[in-house]
Amino acid sequence: MEMISKLGELLLGLVILFGSLISALSAFGLIRLPDVYLRSHAATKSATLGVLLILIGTFLYFMFYLEHSSAKLLLGIVFVFITAPVAGHLNGRAAYRSGVALWEETVQDDLKNALKKEQRK
Amino acid sequence: MALQILLNLIIAVVWMFLHNDWSFPRFTIGYLVGAVSIGLLSRFWPHDFYLKRVWAVIKLLILFVKELFISSFVVIGLIIRPKLSIRPGIVAYQTELQTDWEITVLSCLICLTPGTLTLDVSRDGRTLYIHAMDISDAEMLSQQIKSSFEKAIMEVTR
Repeated sequence: MEMISKLGELLLGLVILFGSLISALSAFGLIRLPDVYLRSHAATKSATLGVLLILIGTFLYFMFYLEHSSAKLLLGIVFVFITAPVAGHLNGRAAYRSGVALWEETVQDDLKNALKKEQRK
Repeated sequence: MALQILLNLIIAVVWMFLHNDWSFPRFTIGYLVGAVSIGLLSRFWPHDFYLKRVWAVIKLLILFVKELFISSFVVIGLIIRPKLSIRPGIVAYQTELQTDWEITVLSCLICLTPGTLTLDVSRDGRTLYIHAMDISDAEMLSQQIKSSFEKAIMEVTR
C-alpha cells in the first residue's frame, strides 16, 4: 500500500513535469518559428496540452492525496479545452485580414484569391 | 432527442413515485428501466434511440483528446529538429456539413489536429481555409483525417 502510494505520487509528479516541459517547448517554438501562423500552431496545440496536463495532474493529486475533489480545476480544464483552438483561429484570421505576410517559403495560398473576390463584390 | 430524454426522466420520477422512495439509487434504477423501455420501443420513434447519440458524443470526445496528443507531439517534433524542414501553405477545403454548430466543432477539431489551423470560414460556410504546417503530405492526410472527423460529427448530429 505504502509502495503504491509513493509510486502514484511519483507518477503524478511526472505528469506535471511533462506538462511544464511541453509548455517550455512551445515557448521555444514561439521564438524559433518564422511567421505568425506557424507560431500560432505552437501556441495553440502544445501550450494547450501543457496546461491541461498540469491541471489534470493537480486535480488527481488533490483527489487522491488531500481528499478534496476540486470542481474548479475540472471547469478550468473544460474551458481551456474549448477556448484555446478558438483563440488560435481568431489570431490567425485577424492577422491574415490585416495583411500580415506569410513566410517566404510558403507553398500555396488559396485564401488570397477568395479574399480578393470577396472584396470586389 | 430532447423529447426522449424528457420521457426517460419522467419514467424515472414515476418509478420513484411507485416505490414511494426519494433516493438517488431508486432514481438510477428508474432511469435504467426507462432507458430499456425506450430502447425497446424505438421503432415507434421518428428518430434513433438517444443513447446511441450519447455514445457518438463520447466517441467524438475521445477522438478530440487523441488528436490533441498526437498533434502536440508532431508540432514539438518539428520545433526541436535542428533544421526547419517545413513547407507551410493554405489549403481550401470543401465541407459537407451544414449547420453552424457542426462547422464550429469541425474547425475546433481541425485547430487541434496535427499541423493544421483553421484560418477562415467562407461566408456561405461551404469552404474552410486551413493553414497547414507541412503541405506535402497534409493534402492527402488531412483529407483522410477530416473525412473521419466529418463522419464522427455527422453521427452526432444526424
